[in-house]
Amino acid sequence: MMQDANSIPPNSIPLAIAPETPWTLPYRGTVGMVCLILAESAIFIIFVVAYIYYIGKSLTGPTPAKVLELPIFGTVCLLSSSITVHFAVAALRKSQLSATTAWLAGTVLLGTIFLITTAREWYHLIHDEGLTIQTNLFGTTYYSLVGLHATHVVVGLIMLSLVLGFSLFGKVNHEHSEKLEVLSLYWHFVDAVWVVVFTVVYVLGR
Amino acid sequence: MSTTHELVGIDETQTIQPGRPPVNVVYEWLTTVDHKKIGLMYIAYALIFLVIAGLEAMLMRIQLAVPNNHFVSPQFFNQLFTMHGTTMVFFVGMPILFGFGNYLVPLMIGARDMAFPRLNAFSFWVSAFAGFLLYFSYLGASGLYAAGSAPDVGWFAYAPLTAKVFSPGHSTDYWTLAVFLSGIGSIGTALNIVTTIICMRCRGMKLSRMPLLVWLYLVMSSLVFVAVSPLTAAQIMLTLDRYIGSHFFDTQAGGSAVLWMHFFWIFGHPEVYVLVLPAFAFVNEIVPVFSRKAIFGYPAMVAASVGIGFISLSVWAHHMFTVGLGAAANTFFVFATMVISVPTGIKIFNWLATIWGGKVIFASPMIFCVGFLFQFLIAGLTGIMLSVAPLDWQLGNSYFVVAHFHYVLVGAILFALFAAFYYWYPKITGRMMSESLALWHFWLFTIGFHLTFDFMHIPGLLGMPRRIYTYEAGRGWGGWNMIVSLGAIVQAIGLLIFVYNLLHSYFRGKPSGHDPWDAWTLEWSTASPPPDYNFAVLPTVNSRRPLWDLKHPEDPDSDYE
Repeated sequence: MMQDANSIPPNSIPLAIAPETPWTLPYRGTVGMVCLILAESAIFIIFVVAYIYYIGKSLTGPTPAKVLELPIFGTVCLLSSSITVHFAVAALRKSQLSATTAWLAGTVLLGTIFLITTAREWYHLIHDEGLTIQTNLFGTTYYSLVGLHATHVVVGLIMLSLVLGFSLFGKVNHEHSEKLEVLSLYWHFVDAVWVVVFTVVYVLGR
Repeated sequence: MSTTHELVGIDETQTIQPGRPPVNVVYEWLTTVDHKKIGLMYIAYALIFLVIAGLEAMLMRIQLAVPNNHFVSPQFFNQLFTMHGTTMVFFVGMPILFGFGNYLVPLMIGARDMAFPRLNAFSFWVSAFAGFLLYFSYLGASGLYAAGSAPDVGWFAYAPLTAKVFSPGHSTDYWTLAVFLSGIGSIGTALNIVTTIICMRCRGMKLSRMPLLVWLYLVMSSLVFVAVSPLTAAQIMLTLDRYIGSHFFDTQAGGSAVLWMHFFWIFGHPEVYVLVLPAFAFVNEIVPVFSRKAIFGYPAMVAASVGIGFISLSVWAHHMFTVGLGAAANTFFVFATMVISVPTGIKIFNWLATIWGGKVIFASPMIFCVGFLFQFLIAGLTGIMLSVAPLDWQLGNSYFVVAHFHYVLVGAILFALFAAFYYWYPKITGRMMSESLALWHFWLFTIGFHLTFDFMHIPGLLGMPRRIYTYEAGRGWGGWNMIVSLGAIVQAIGLLIFVYNLLHSYFRGKPSGHDPWDAWTLEWSTASPPPDYNFAVLPTVNSRRPLWDLKHPEDPDSDYE
């Protein structure tokens, strides 16, 4: 009885009634990026939890209240870069190639400025305040959380710069708009993480 | 062949010419991005590690068989249980389940490959490298000058034992890096599976028509994002602690050892469900086919799976009752743990209801599924016992716990995996496995399993702690441990028969045809083994059982769904 089934030839499935209803599924790049963002969020949550758990538990100084200052300028730059990358995607959708290049350049510039402000902050903390990752729990959690975020900014900047490079050589056009949108999703995520880091480190943590 | 065959125009050209030089074959496997080849490599790699970790278990059982034994040194024994646990979870369980997922998911949803074939290959090779790295520690963990030493901190590597002072040399670093890399591979494959399921389904394959296996892989892979990522984060922290002197788990500087426990079990408990959901997935496909009935309660099964996925995120601290979390936390985790038995119970009832009134065929896959049902039930019952915090204070870290989770991992997951091997082997190779050898395998393995793990509960109840190197005579543990060890030998013989059956049937097995079980899901509609492109023409489906519709055009499922 089992073997009878083999009488149906392989690959005869398409003969089943095929209704001509439209069949569209989401773009795989977008779904893949959403999955990556989910996994990355879980990683960040663990680092944020560690930060919150250790607030005020350092056995020695320096304390956040003493040495941290609100990085308003860097924050404004990073958050604005979310807007510029959005405009870059919108421009590419309308095939406005030079506008795309300009918005991309703006994004890379703003992201770089943010990185520079972080670098200056770290220089100040290490050089002037003597706070390193080994100093106390604040140092441990601060450098690892902010450093993890900065690493993501660097990765994002490398990818954005690549697109900017291609765009300058005229290799980016309308058909890439979906891919650029996937990249912009990542960049929005990096910005959203910064909002959390800012709140936890510079508002709650002080 | 019939006219329908000509209509769809199946491509008869052989993609693999016989008699190619071996170098070309090896090159093809090393560079492949085909989901079926990668899936098979995952499975083969997991089977190799299964044998290694199984040998480690055998050595431990020899050591524990009699009191006051010095068969291996205490140091070596610590390495054995660490390597056994780490290998079984990260380099057997995960890759073998991802292997089946890789092989089956695209076939079952009518796709030609995964969404990201190159990411697929990357994830496999990074996982394979992680396994190699873990075992390289036997050669290189103390540096180039000294003999190597394997990790010996236990598979959950509690702080502060993993701190540089207590764990000098590099053995713990090998553990950390191997687990970290395997995590990267797992997240990559999970991302791939989710994207494939969402974006690559064939025409008509709505979410409500997906085979339950695909649903379970969707839940399992989503769980990987939120379960494995915390472990990755914790491994980063541990590496920072060990290498650049940060203080995450350094109690001397105010750090917390309990935080590591939380982070580890936030991974560790969902991980149990990551491993068991694919086992459910196999049973979901096999039980209906061999009961000759559609699955009972498809929507309830989907809801229960998604429910398990969510609830499993809130039960981790039942591994930590003995830490002293306080009454409020204990109460929460007791209830959360008990609640998870509700969707799990729904599943068991649905399987029973599927079998009920069916024309049950006891072929090898079904026999293993029946074993699964019984043993999973008992594993669940001891799980509920352990979820009660006061009883857990008594039994925590005893052999009762070891027996409980091996009941899940071996009695449920491994039995479901065996069922999956017997069920899909004809699809993968085009040949049937020997049924008589399968029966030998089943009975030997089942008897050995029950000898080992039923009797392992008793020394646990009598107070024997896990991870103990040896014990005095006269504690009343000796006889029980001897039975447990003898059972392990019986299991090993059963496993050898299985491996022999796998290899022998590949050359001598009866040709299976493309649909030997008269099954209903899409993978059985293509040739065995499937061609590189899976389907000559992408299928269209109108119900949950497309092959049923095809075989019974007078009474298609689509009329009822």
